[in-house]
Amino acid sequence: MMTEHKIWPIKGGVHPDFNKDCSTQTPITKATLPDTIVIPVAQHIGEIGHIIVDVGQTIHKGQPLTDLPEGLGVITHASTSGTIIAIEERDVPHSSGLQATCVVIDVDGKDDWGEFKRDPILDYDQTDTMHLCGRIRRSGLVGMGGAAFPFAAKLAATREGAVKTLIINGVECEPYISCDDMLMRTYADEIIQGIKILLYILKPEECLIGIEDNKPLAIEALQKAQQDLDVAVDIVSIPTIYPSGDEKQLIRILTGKKLKKTDLTFDHGILMHNVATVRSVFRAVIHGEPLISRIVTVTGRGISKPQNFEAPIGTPIEHLVKLAGGYTDQAERLLIGGPMMGFPVKSDALPIIKAMNCILVAPTQDLPYSMDMAMPCIRCGQCADACPVDLLPQQLYWHAKAREFDKTETYQLFDCIECGCCAYVCPSDIPLVAHYRFAKSEIRNERDKQKKIDLARERFDFHEFRKERDKRERDEKRAKHKAALQKKKASGSNDKQAAIKAAMERAKAKKTQQTNAPKNTDNLTPAQQKQIDEAEQRRQQKPRDTE
Amino acid sequence: MMREVLYALAPGTLAMMWFFGWGILFNIVITISLAIAFEALMLKLRTRPIRPFLGDYSAVVTGWLLALTMPPFAPWWLLAIAVFFSIVIAKHLYGGLGYNPFNPAMIGYAVALISFPVDMVQWPAANLSSFSSIDFVSAFQHIMLGKPLANWDAVTMATSLDAIKTGLRMEQTVPVIEQGDMFGLFAGNGWEWVSLGYLLGGLWLLYRKIISWHIPVSLLGILALLSTVFWLIDNQQYASPLFHLLAGGAMLGAFFIATDPVSASTTPMGKILYAIGIGFLIYVIRVFGSGYPDGVAFAVIIMNMAVPIIDYYTRPRVFGANRSNE
Repeated sequence: MMTEHKIWPIKGGVHPDFNKDCSTQTPITKATLPDTIVIPVAQHIGEIGHIIVDVGQTIHKGQPLTDLPEGLGVITHASTSGTIIAIEERDVPHSSGLQATCVVIDVDGKDDWGEFKRDPILDYDQTDTMHLCGRIRRSGLVGMGGAAFPFAAKLAATREGAVKTLIINGVECEPYISCDDMLMRTYADEIIQGIKILLYILKPEECLIGIEDNKPLAIEALQKAQQDLDVAVDIVSIPTIYPSGDEKQLIRILTGKKLKKTDLTFDHGILMHNVATVRSVFRAVIHGEPLISRIVTVTGRGISKPQNFEAPIGTPIEHLVKLAGGYTDQAERLLIGGPMMGFPVKSDALPIIKAMNCILVAPTQDLPYSMDMAMPCIRCGQCADACPVDLLPQQLYWHAKAREFDKTETYQLFDCIECGCCAYVCPSDIPLVAHYRFAKSEIRNERDKQKKIDLARERFDFHEFRKERDKRERDEKRAKHKAALQKKKASGSNDKQAAIKAAMERAKAKKTQQTNAPKNTDNLTPAQQKQIDEAEQRRQQKPRDTE
Repeated sequence: MMREVLYALAPGTLAMMWFFGWGILFNIVITISLAIAFEALMLKLRTRPIRPFLGDYSAVVTGWLLALTMPPFAPWWLLAIAVFFSIVIAKHLYGGLGYNPFNPAMIGYAVALISFPVDMVQWPAANLSSFSSIDFVSAFQHIMLGKPLANWDAVTMATSLDAIKTGLRMEQTVPVIEQGDMFGLFAGNGWEWVSLGYLLGGLWLLYRKIISWHIPVSLLGILALLSTVFWLIDNQQYASPLFHLLAGGAMLGAFFIATDPVSASTTPMGKILYAIGIGFLIYVIRVFGSGYPDGVAFAVIIMNMAVPIIDYYTRPRVFGANRSNE
């Protein structure tokens, strides 16, 4: 179904040299197995789960390495068979440059599934959607467009019928990257079948695939697959402009809705998935395979034979570079991702992860930000014209540089999507996004600090309050006790006197009685009387201390 | 980018040379070489790299603009003072390129105008035989050595804006004043062609996307609107909108001076407000001001001061946000 879908234009954006052809000349190559594979257990946003394997254990392809009974997160699987030789902190491909826990597998080369390939669910349209969601959850699916958001969590957040528009993102607007393009050309039928499964689960009113018009072969392949499989999906060719592949920008282009960066799309009845993610749904449901491999572009003038590889998760970058003919003498910089939003890394020993779409090796001159000295900002405003989210990059830069972070927030710093258009057009070669990232991290640090301070103050305040309260309660208690005591004393003294009086009266009465001799001493014989007198005498002589 | 600005100044500059002869050439040579010298000196004093900053041509543009606004045959020291205030005071003492709140060329011009008003209004009549009426040698001796020009009184003439101001004060009507020699087809004789030259260059800048439409269109628009309204009310007392657009520094100001990105407002809406303010002030100073015949420099400087607040209150609505940017 190739209808003339209405397209809304985006504001700003840029037209960099896309340089995609260099990596699309050959079909996707299935990467050979490396000797060792390094699988970070956290490759996504959300919870990690706990590791359920041990060093020395023999494992099979598709075997879960972690377990996460519930919660927002995904589990990670072994991408091939072998022996675990280490579970340790290692460098991972992340812009922070921090280390993370990885499972290191010595590959046995058999690539043996063992019993870990699950049963296919061929009759998925007769299957309970909860069962399908469970399969997807246990398959470790994440958004493969870059965000690595747990797929199952996205599904769980949307009740049946809540999604009106399902959008499949095949835009791939970032220069150099061609993995989605090649995926669509090669596995169009798998993508369309994946969409069919999602249509069954979500039952949206419409489904759109957005693809930039610089990928005619991908559009053609998808159209053919869509006709063959007869799936109700609208393949929309959109104008080529960076950053049309951003989630909110693509929603604008296809639906006309403008969503803020912080808006959740499913609150607006929209759900978006990347084409690679949709294919992994197909693999999980129809083939019973968890997400253990992906297509990744290895490209740039620093690579001898730029191309796309289908590689197991955990394959070291250097292994793919070697398969691509190695480095050229122009290999100056290594980036994960494209030139606009990618981040530089220092080592090619890092592993491929689920959300990694591109390895770019290029001379510095090919990258949009020159390494030359940045000139002063002359407020020409070209950045503001290029900004797709209507920010004023020149003002953000001015305040960020002056460390006036509150002002950067007034200028909506946190709405910046870091697409890099501003830095790309800047005539003064200012690395603007770097300044914004710095400002953001400073503000976050400040907030964390403030939070800690607030917490400490709260604690202190509570401590003071408690001290005060305890003291007050104690005082009250004491006062009450005292009052009670005094009352008792007041009333008690009367009682006492009365008691004394009574006792005295009793004593008096007794005395008067006692003036008479005891009854049993009446009528005593003189001998008896004598005995009593003697006893009395003895008693009185007895030393007192025995008492 | 600044080089494109220099290309765009070419038609207006050629027209100026055509009408004012050696005086303009001397202005250009002196102001630009002094601008580069002061720029290099300040960069050295501020321990900044000299080559990349000179390579951006911003000092050349400042010098060039001064050459076109300072009167031809002005003595070299007057040009030097103007350039000194432009480059050293208005630009580098405020932090150099990108940090100057005021348009450097206009500060230099305004300082010269306020300090040496007599020298600053000595304009020769726009003359087709300009290069021969004052020859190179006497021009050199006059400008560099202060030797009086023999026929100076014969060649000087009030500018058209000046003529209207003084004529109205003498209770003449505008149509009568416009009979004077200093008037041409639409505005000042010769000046109108210079202005059209600037317009041509300005359109080139718009075409090349070096400047956006906001400032020139708003500035000239408000100037045309105000002058039309007053002209329709009383055409004996107020000059025509065409005159106001083509006289004095309106065109140069609209396309080359108010559009200086560093000292102008930077938001789309802000640029419009900023330019409306300048156009309004130009008209007010020209028509209701007591002393100065033209007001471009003062209008620009006054609006430069308003830029930070204009920018703050004209932030565009962020993608997906509501009116209050939430």
